[in-house]
Amino acid sequence: MLCAGWWGTVAEFCMPALGADMEAGIILQWLVKPGDAVKRGDIIAVVDTEKATIEVEVFITGMIQSIVVPEGEKVPIGTVLALIRTEGEAVTPPPEVKPKPAVPPRAVAPAPAPPRPPAPPRIEKPPIPKPPPAAPPRLHVSPLAMRIALELGVDLSTVKGTGPDGAITKADVERAAKAAPAAPPTAPPPPAAPPVEAPKVAAPPRPAMTPEERQAAMRRAIAAAMARSKREIPHYYLGTDIEMSRAMAWLAAENLKRPVTERILYSVMLLKAVALAVHDVPEMNGFWAEGAFKPIEAVHVGVAISLRQGGLIAPAIHDIDKKRLDEIMVNLRDLVKRVRAGVLRSSEIADATITVTSLGEQGVENVFGIIYPPQVALVGFGKITERPWAADGMVGVKPVITASLSADHRASDGHRGGLFLAAINRLLQEPEKL
Amino acid sequence: MTDDEIKALVLRELGKIAPEVDADQIDPAIELREQIDLDSMDLLNLMIAIHQTTGVDIPEADYPQMAGLNGCVAYLRSRIKA
Repeated sequence: MLCAGWWGTVAEFCMPALGADMEAGIILQWLVKPGDAVKRGDIIAVVDTEKATIEVEVFITGMIQSIVVPEGEKVPIGTVLALIRTEGEAVTPPPEVKPKPAVPPRAVAPAPAPPRPPAPPRIEKPPIPKPPPAAPPRLHVSPLAMRIALELGVDLSTVKGTGPDGAITKADVERAAKAAPAAPPTAPPPPAAPPVEAPKVAAPPRPAMTPEERQAAMRRAIAAAMARSKREIPHYYLGTDIEMSRAMAWLAAENLKRPVTERILYSVMLLKAVALAVHDVPEMNGFWAEGAFKPIEAVHVGVAISLRQGGLIAPAIHDIDKKRLDEIMVNLRDLVKRVRAGVLRSSEIADATITVTSLGEQGVENVFGIIYPPQVALVGFGKITERPWAADGMVGVKPVITASLSADHRASDGHRGGLFLAAINRLLQEPEKL
Repeated sequence: MTDDEIKALVLRELGKIAPEVDADQIDPAIELREQIDLDSMDLLNLMIAIHQTTGVDIPEADYPQMAGLNGCVAYLRSRIKA
C-alpha cells in the first residue's frame, strides 16, 4: 500500500503510522471540509487507534480538495484519506464531494487528479529549525520519513532528499517507494507487529471504543510491541547511581522564585540531561532499520506516561535538547493532561527518537526497561532516595537516583552506553547549565 | 470557609485529577499518596488547583504539610481569606 505523496500540485494525506504497533486507524472526525485552507502543523482529523485518540496533523500547506475516507471508516496505514491542493494556484471551488464508501488500496494508479496548471512553484516546507548541518555521515531524515521508510521498506541510502539541507522528507520516501514498487527492499522490512485479534480492516464503522475495549486493545498493542522488542533487539543493560544534591538544591531555589503554576518537577531536569547527553553519544538517538542504525539529529524524547486505568503511552516531547526547563515543563504538563484524557497528536506518537521512563513515583529504585522499536535506547530512572554516599574520603547522606540504560547492542556497545550514562551524570552535576 | 468546605474543595479538585477515587474511602489522617495512585505531576496539579480556587500560595517547602486531607485543611484554614 503506497501513498504517493506529492502528485503534481495535489498532495495526498494518508493514514499515518502512529507507532510500531499500529496497523490501521478509524477516522473519528474530520475537522476540515473541502475548500478549507490548511497549513503545516494544523490538526485536520481525529483518528482512533488501539492506544489513544490521535489528532492528526497535516504536513503541507494548501487547501482541502476532497475527503476520500469518510468518518467512521477503519483503514490501514498508508491509505489516502484526503487530497490537498497546494498553494500558489488559482483556487477553484472544490468539486462536490462524494466520499467513497471504501478506498481500494491503490498501487501506482494516479489519483483522480484535478486539472493541473504547468509546474507552479513547489511549495517547500518551511525550514524546520535545526542546528547547522552536522558531520557528513549523519543521514538527514525526518523521524516521520524514517517511520514511513520502515513501513514501506524503502532503503534510505537510495533516497535523494529535497528538504532543507538535503534532508529526506516523507514525500521523498514515498516518491522512492512509488518509483520502485516492485523492487524488494534490500532487507526485509521489520515484521509488522503480530496481528492482533482486533476487528480487522473491514470492520463496520462504529464510534470510538468503549473504555473496556480500549483497555483490551491497548494491552494487545503493548504486548505486540514489547514481544517484538524482546524478539528482535539484543538488549544490554547498564546502571549507575547519580548523586542529586546539587540538582535538587538548585531546583528548590529555582522553584522558590516561582509561583506554584510555574514550578518545575525534577523529572524535567532528567529529560533535559538525557537529551543533551545524546549530543555526546549520538548512537543512542535514532532508529534501527534495514539492518543498520540510522541516527537522528533531532532529539525527540518519548516520555513513558502511565494511564490511571492501566497501560501506558510514550509520546514525544520534540527538540528537548533545545528547550529551556520551563518550556519542557509546560510541554510535559500539557502532554500528561492529554495522555490522561486520551487525546494525542500524530507527531507525538510517531516521532520519539529515544524514550525515558521514570518509575520512581512508585517507589522502585531500579528500572530495567524494554526498548520501544525501532528506537535503540531507553533510559530508566528510579526513586530519589537518601542513601549513604562516600565522596572525598567521607561518608554522608545524600539524595541519590539510579539511572539505567537499556540499549540495542546492534547499534552500540556497552562502552558507549557507559559514556552516555556518565554524560547524564555529569550534566546533572551542573543543573544551572541545563 | 469551614473545615468541611475546605475538605469538600480539596476532594473536588482531587476528583478531577483522579476520577476513580471514592471520597468516602479516603482516610483524612493518612497521606493521600499512600491511598491513591498519585504521581508528582498529579500532586503538583492538585496544588495548582487549590491555589487557583483559594488564592493561597503554597511554597514547595510546605507541600509535606499538605500530604493528607487533615493536613490540607489545617494548612488552608488559617490562610484562606474569608
